[in-house]
Amino acid sequence: MALQSLDIQRRSATTVQPPIIRTPATNSGVAKLIDTSKCIGCKACQVACMEWNDTRDVIGSNVGIYDNPMDLTSESWTLMRFAEYENPNGNLEWLIRKDGCMHCEDPGCLKACPAPGAIVQYTNGIVDFHQENCIGCGYCITGCPFDIPRVSPADNRVYKCTLCSDRVAVGQEPACVKTCPTGAIVFGTKEDMILHAQGRIEDLNSRGFDNAGLYDPPGVGGTHVMYVLHHADQPGLYSGLPEDPQISPSVSLWKGLTKPIAVGIMALTALTGLFHYIRVGPNEVSEEDERRAREDDYA
Amino acid sequence: MPDFKDRDLIVRYSANQRTNHWIVAITFILLALSGLALFHPAFYWLTNLFGGGQWTRILHPWIGVVMFVSFVIFAATMWRSNLMDKRDWQWVKQSRDVVNKREDRVPESGKYNGGQKLLYFLQIILLLGLIITGIIMWRQYFWAFFPIGVIRVASLLHAFFAFVLICAIIIHIYAGLWVKGSVRAMTRGTVTPGWAWKHHRAWWRSLRDQRRRSTDTPIE
Repeated sequence: MALQSLDIQRRSATTVQPPIIRTPATNSGVAKLIDTSKCIGCKACQVACMEWNDTRDVIGSNVGIYDNPMDLTSESWTLMRFAEYENPNGNLEWLIRKDGCMHCEDPGCLKACPAPGAIVQYTNGIVDFHQENCIGCGYCITGCPFDIPRVSPADNRVYKCTLCSDRVAVGQEPACVKTCPTGAIVFGTKEDMILHAQGRIEDLNSRGFDNAGLYDPPGVGGTHVMYVLHHADQPGLYSGLPEDPQISPSVSLWKGLTKPIAVGIMALTALTGLFHYIRVGPNEVSEEDERRAREDDYA
Repeated sequence: MPDFKDRDLIVRYSANQRTNHWIVAITFILLALSGLALFHPAFYWLTNLFGGGQWTRILHPWIGVVMFVSFVIFAATMWRSNLMDKRDWQWVKQSRDVVNKREDRVPESGKYNGGQKLLYFLQIILLLGLIITGIIMWRQYFWAFFPIGVIRVASLLHAFFAFVLICAIIIHIYAGLWVKGSVRAMTRGTVTPGWAWKHHRAWWRSLRDQRRRSTDTPIE
């Protein structure tokens, strides 16, 4: 077992349980909590992510807004998204959200992936891509309710935030957490993070944010990256954070019931042919048929 | 089987049609194998036939384009002889008689019987559906053109159309194997007079009448 993992909760395109014996004592795994009310938009997390993961995105150009780069890419696994919101009192609120993989408990990417072992979910909840098994089909993008995975044009493999699974595996926090200067990003067991969020929400409530709350969407079984939002009743304000994300019904059907039923019916069709032949026998042209054809020709 | 002089055999498919058919057939087999490999994990090992997962993903859509184009040409050449008429619908209604070898009870068929004609139109619908949904799913070149909701529905439909097509082709292949003397129509191009008389009598008769008109004498 030297080089294998014993903590694989789910594995893409795999119909049996992968090795799962090593499960953390905290049964809900780990979580990263991003407090949008503490974020100052400095992008240190983006830099730390690039640095730790050793990715270098192409240098873009300034289009007049703060977002840089403009979107997640195969090299930029996290991104500050800046939204200017005019609240009902007529005041401007600058809502900054660190976007990236949410590490869903029920990951749509993993469900959609056709390549065995290209996507795994560890028992601590982290959803990780294994690019050596990736075939570049992009089904994970089709499956993701948050529009996160990106195909690299360089190698046709898909990349996204790993929640620094390599750091977490050796007891360290993710690089973005490590670097955040305001403590807007914290990391720990999911229980602890929910507790921490409760304290933050009380504080925000006392400051007049009556709708402050935790974003841990149940539609995907909860996530291992959560947000504290000042306006938890309107997640859409934060650069289109989905209100009630879930795996699309098309994807669920495509990757769920359709698979066994379709394979079963195809096999049955072939078997029906076999048994039809066995029971009825071949449909042959007899000497008689040939003779009558000849007769008819002269008729 | 009696010996046939070459002149007795009836030409059913020209060399061009046979070539066209087998291009469609080979590409279909390759597409079914590579498609199944990506459809259900139980078949993922089939990617080895194509040089691995990445190669399967690269090749499948291109083979699909070849199949679509060759199918369109093939289908166009036989459009006229596949239009359904009353006789064909009656044939379909009596398909129970057909599968139980009571073909003498069903109406005579032209060059194609009701079942073949329905399969023909089903294939046209499925191939159109597959090429359209396939292009929508072809991420490498077309990812920017379609919204994610469309891609999701297309992915489901692509799997569904392919599933129906595979079942239809299993029936098609079985029918060819079951009705003895059919395979040679697509390998050598000819059928025996008895085969044409038994299975496609209206076609056989029209050929006879045509020949009589041209030679004015029955064949010897």
